[in-house]
Amino acid sequence: MKHEIALTVNGREHRLTVESQRTLLEFIRDDLKLFGARESCGMSLCGACTVLVDGVPVSSCSYLAARANGKTITTVEGLGTPDNLHPVQRAFIERGGFQCSYCTPGMILMTTCLLQENPHPSIEEIKDYLSGNLCRCSTYEDIIQSVLAAAELV
Amino acid sequence: MSGATSPLPVSGEGVGERAILGSAGEGHLGATGVSAVPTIIGTDQPRLESVAKVTGQLEFVDNLELPGMLHGMLLRSLVAHGRIRRVDASRARRLPGVYAVLTGADLLAMPIDPYTGPAFKDQTPLAIDKVRYVGDPIAAVAAVDRETAEEALELIDVEIEELPAVFDVVAALEPGAPLISERLVPAGTFADLIELIGGEDVAATSNACFQYKLRRGDVEQGLRRADRVFTHTFSNPPSQHADLEYHCSVAQWTGGDKLHVWSATQSPSYVRIMLSNMFHLPESHVRVEVPYLGGGFGSKLYMKLEPIASILARAAGRPVKVRLSRREEFLTITKHGLTAELRTGVTNDGRILARDCRIMWDTGAYADIGPRVTHKSGYTSAGPYDIPNVRIDSFSVYTNKPPAGAFRGFGIMQVCWAYESQMDIIAKEMGWDPVEFRLRNVLREGDVQATGTTVSSMGLADCIETVADAIGMRGPRPESPPSDAPHLVRGRGIGCSMKAVITPSAAEATVQMHADGSISILTSAVEMGQGSDTLLSQIVAEELGVRMDQISVVHPDTDVTPYDLISAGSRTTFHMGKAVEIAAGELREQIWPIAAELLDAAPAELVAGDGRIWAVSVPDHALTFGRLMTTRFGMRAGTLIGNGIFETHHAPTDHETGQSENVTAHWLCGATAAEVEVDVETGKVRIVDLATAVDVGKAINPFACRQQIAGASIQGTGPTLMEEIILSDGQVANPSFVDYKIPSFEDLPGRMQPLIVEHPHPDGPSGAKGMGEAGIFAIAPAIANAVADAVGARVPNLPLTPEKVLRAIRAAQQDGQR
Repeated sequence: MKHEIALTVNGREHRLTVESQRTLLEFIRDDLKLFGARESCGMSLCGACTVLVDGVPVSSCSYLAARANGKTITTVEGLGTPDNLHPVQRAFIERGGFQCSYCTPGMILMTTCLLQENPHPSIEEIKDYLSGNLCRCSTYEDIIQSVLAAAELV
Repeated sequence: MSGATSPLPVSGEGVGERAILGSAGEGHLGATGVSAVPTIIGTDQPRLESVAKVTGQLEFVDNLELPGMLHGMLLRSLVAHGRIRRVDASRARRLPGVYAVLTGADLLAMPIDPYTGPAFKDQTPLAIDKVRYVGDPIAAVAAVDRETAEEALELIDVEIEELPAVFDVVAALEPGAPLISERLVPAGTFADLIELIGGEDVAATSNACFQYKLRRGDVEQGLRRADRVFTHTFSNPPSQHADLEYHCSVAQWTGGDKLHVWSATQSPSYVRIMLSNMFHLPESHVRVEVPYLGGGFGSKLYMKLEPIASILARAAGRPVKVRLSRREEFLTITKHGLTAELRTGVTNDGRILARDCRIMWDTGAYADIGPRVTHKSGYTSAGPYDIPNVRIDSFSVYTNKPPAGAFRGFGIMQVCWAYESQMDIIAKEMGWDPVEFRLRNVLREGDVQATGTTVSSMGLADCIETVADAIGMRGPRPESPPSDAPHLVRGRGIGCSMKAVITPSAAEATVQMHADGSISILTSAVEMGQGSDTLLSQIVAEELGVRMDQISVVHPDTDVTPYDLISAGSRTTFHMGKAVEIAAGELREQIWPIAAELLDAAPAELVAGDGRIWAVSVPDHALTFGRLMTTRFGMRAGTLIGNGIFETHHAPTDHETGQSENVTAHWLCGATAAEVEVDVETGKVRIVDLATAVDVGKAINPFACRQQIAGASIQGTGPTLMEEIILSDGQVANPSFVDYKIPSFEDLPGRMQPLIVEHPHPDGPSGAKGMGEAGIFAIAPAIANAVADAVGARVPNLPLTPEKVLRAIRAAQQDGQR
């Protein structure tokens, strides 16, 4: 079944027709060519495909595009650009919070949400909030330092 | 925390403490100019690609789309071992949107050599005569999209006659076990694998495809003369790399004789050679490009999806992308399971007199690089100790399981699990301090290692002392159990290990200076998160005096970048680092005379740094490299090129004794000490403190070194505490992150101490050595030894799940009551 939907991605409005089973991740990557959100488990378990839907983090690999009708989507590309980095992105650079960076967009988007809810999280609160985001390079310690630094910048 | 206490410098700023040279204009510095040479080696540098990484712009293969590109998918066997009777793909071929459907029979009809493998030519992109594991690819489809390809797979009918299967490595070695591979044809690709035996006409007689033998001294006599002999068996199950980026390859043919492949691979040069063999093309007609990798850890080595993508593209007449799913990752490559039997004789004065090791590596249905894992880890399977009598028999064994290949450490993690567990058992039984027992026997400078090769530039004793002190192992014991939580018992443990780096090998690099004085480094080293781009740039910046922000690294593109063996085995810093240092030195030889003439100074008087060059006696007159290039070419034009080749050589090991006076270009090593808390009511192990020290030779980028040591350590806690591929009749029962858990934020040690030890190696760039793997070597035994120290119970088979730990505690308690 096809659905006519309208949604806003990173400030830009899109109108399109999607099949019922098409995921938001497929739409973002295949149609919009935004590659910051990535699949790594396909089951909402790793956080690599995280995007914000109306400001709330979701796993776009398991979120149907049709469900995003009327919603506002933010991907890491919408957070900041190379010429105008978001403070969280700056903090991740300053504290080296990545190795291969496959997980980084998800980590950064989660961090922006965390800091909105809790501007000065403790290390335990950071671990708890980010526990659904996996990093196989295991850069976790530097990601925590990046989040703490971001809390000072945001 | 592994992080530096201060933020990383922004790119270009991060020169050493003697940072100099303000914003003086072209040609002249103020009178306050400083003559000290800035150093960039040994300074914390942010990754060159940092901005692309935080903005999601980093290029991965899966981002690539070509006009007309199709999507390839694989039909996989549901049978563990069987003879293919019939594959009927006719219905799939008729499905609209399908451009190509291929079976093993089709491969035989094509003008290609379908047999591949880095050790033995035992694998084909699609099974031809037999399937050998559940997940073995049988057919492939290329279609307009993944949905159509998936639909086509369901239309393929397969008839397989089941054969008896064997899943256990010990059972696979027994006489009469089902024979998995009927013939062993050595691939002949790597010089260090000349010991492989077999041939086109040689029928295999056993599932052991390779045996490494080491004989030193007289092990039986040594065991007889020992005061005590200890016999133990340890094992670990297969696990999976779980690098977050899936395997992905895109292939495109041009004009029928040029093949262009983009692939998530750690070995672009190898892939080019092998595709050239497969399609009977000159290497110059095969182009392999690698952007960035989302992790590798050994999973993306040798050929994986490149052959099937290339064959599908050839058949379909269109570019084809093949990308795996998480489930398929578990079916494609694994870390070896191992069973190790150790007999060790010690004397009452704390020396190891003899060690006898019988080691069985479960290499799965295809050998992949299993024989090399067996061979290389064989050198040090008796541990990093000075033992006069050693016997090692190490077997690479086929079973009907997903293939096992390289994993960070190349087998050392597994053998270390065995010998370092036994070291602690011995120390406890003999009443020795586990740290002192190791220090008493550890190989030191000038000692002869079990292979007959002399140890040099290896600071393992230093690593052991460093980690022991870091967690206070020689100080008072922690209060255990604490009075307010009597079920939480603490203990401390240690482990250490060494590894031979792949030898012989070759790494080549080209360094170009452009008309404005900026630099390109052309290298086939793969940036997979380890930080090679930044490290190689630091070496070139140091050698030439250019700024980091003037350097760009050209990623592997075999049409452009020269040969490199592989990005694996902790090779890149030592080998490619030296190659770029040599290449930059060659460039320097061309540039310095130009500067000498302009500055009216002898070349030896010149110094360079921060993008400028000046005579040491006239520091206030400095030239930019752009100015030198303009002088050389008379206009803004030209490219100056330096090339570097760094080769290492070995003396092959003797087939019967494993002896060689030179098995390795250098040894890498590391040690780990752990303090754990065990909940005796649940068996749950919590890591309180984890300290890992690695001898890096010289830390070129200390932040990156600490980050890799911490990353390797935490990654190592996975196979130690939770990771295990569970098989049910050969079928992977947990091929997803639902049931296969890897360490997350919730699993971090209470404290992580990544520690750098520096014993420089004369052949390495600025003394640097390989280090990326060494942090993971001893994680498992250090934690298990800490658990044993806490609760007096030992689990000989990884992982240390709460259930197994609890059973071991109960068993130890019952033993104590008897």
